[in-house]
Amino acid sequence: MAVLPTRIVMPPQAKKGDIIEIKTLIQHIMETGFRRDDVGKPVPRDIIGTFVVTYNGAEIFKADLNPGVAANPYIAFSTIATESGELVFTWTDEKGQATIERRKIAVT
Amino acid sequence: MHARAYALLSAAALAVTPIAVAGGRPETPRPGSDFQSEETRALQNDEARNPGMLWVESGSLSWNAAPDGGNGKSCSSCHGNAAQSMKGVAAKHPLVYADGKLLNIEARINLCRTEQQGAKALAYESNELLGLTAFVTYQSRGMAKSVSIDGAAKPFFERGKAFFETKQGQLDLACTQCHDDLTGRNLRGDKISQGQTNGWPTYRLEWQTMGSLHRRLRACSLGVRAEQLPAGSPEYTALELYLAWRGTGLRLESPGVRR
Repeated sequence: MAVLPTRIVMPPQAKKGDIIEIKTLIQHIMETGFRRDDVGKPVPRDIIGTFVVTYNGAEIFKADLNPGVAANPYIAFSTIATESGELVFTWTDEKGQATIERRKIAVT
Repeated sequence: MHARAYALLSAAALAVTPIAVAGGRPETPRPGSDFQSEETRALQNDEARNPGMLWVESGSLSWNAAPDGGNGKSCSSCHGNAAQSMKGVAAKHPLVYADGKLLNIEARINLCRTEQQGAKALAYESNELLGLTAFVTYQSRGMAKSVSIDGAAKPFFERGKAFFETKQGQLDLACTQCHDDLTGRNLRGDKISQGQTNGWPTYRLEWQTMGSLHRRLRACSLGVRAEQLPAGSPEYTALELYLAWRGTGLRLESPGVRR
């Protein structure tokens, strides 16, 4: 499966100790599994189960997503800029398919 | 009791003040976002939150990738950097091309695919076509809508105008009866807009996805219980031209967000 389109908005640089806000979006249908199609057949559940962010290897944010979450989930959180490095964003659907994005941050 | 109800009704009817319409279009065109809630507008204006930006993003990937089954050419092979080559393009579509056909952005993209890239045309409401349309339209964000309605475009314009002004469907309503005469009034949970198109393609919360203008027009047709025409049909494309002209001067704000 192709990688899902995502959007991540965060500052490319920050001062050490600053609180930075990170906003993420991913394109996903988040099909609940509760709906039926036009002929009454259940539409199979297809949702992103987890979203994990690491900062230089350390997990700084994790969310479990459930069928009540709307399509194309928007997740925003904040963290403290501690050191220069890389943030890795991983969205994993319930079949285990992962979408991974990386962003660098320069901390002065 | 009846008399009182009647008096109230006529008072309500008198309170309806049609917006000033000059030569068939609103004197002050107002974008659809003006009729949305503040929260929905805020969602549209924040590019970090606007879910429609996901389609702009995926469209930019499609722009640089050669389509499957094609001759290896991508959009960028010919058009280069979209930020320059596509700037202003969406503002002047739908546009009549040399062969006399009126094309909107979707149809224009598919023409490129079949004629230049040797690939299959994309289905109208597919994510890939929505993405490319959103990406191309995004390059004109903030520019004023300005379509040609003269010369070759004139018959299409007349056709679109007739469509807008003709009563249709089981409810026997013309577009103009609501979108000119009742703008700003409540229709159940919504405010009736002018039916402007400068925010399309748009992310509609009800759909939970990006949608084309023609999908929205199909919903309008359903609303008055008229025949829903296929997306991309000549009638809707002519109407799209008329609607674009009605909104002349409005700044393109796609990807919009609507309830």
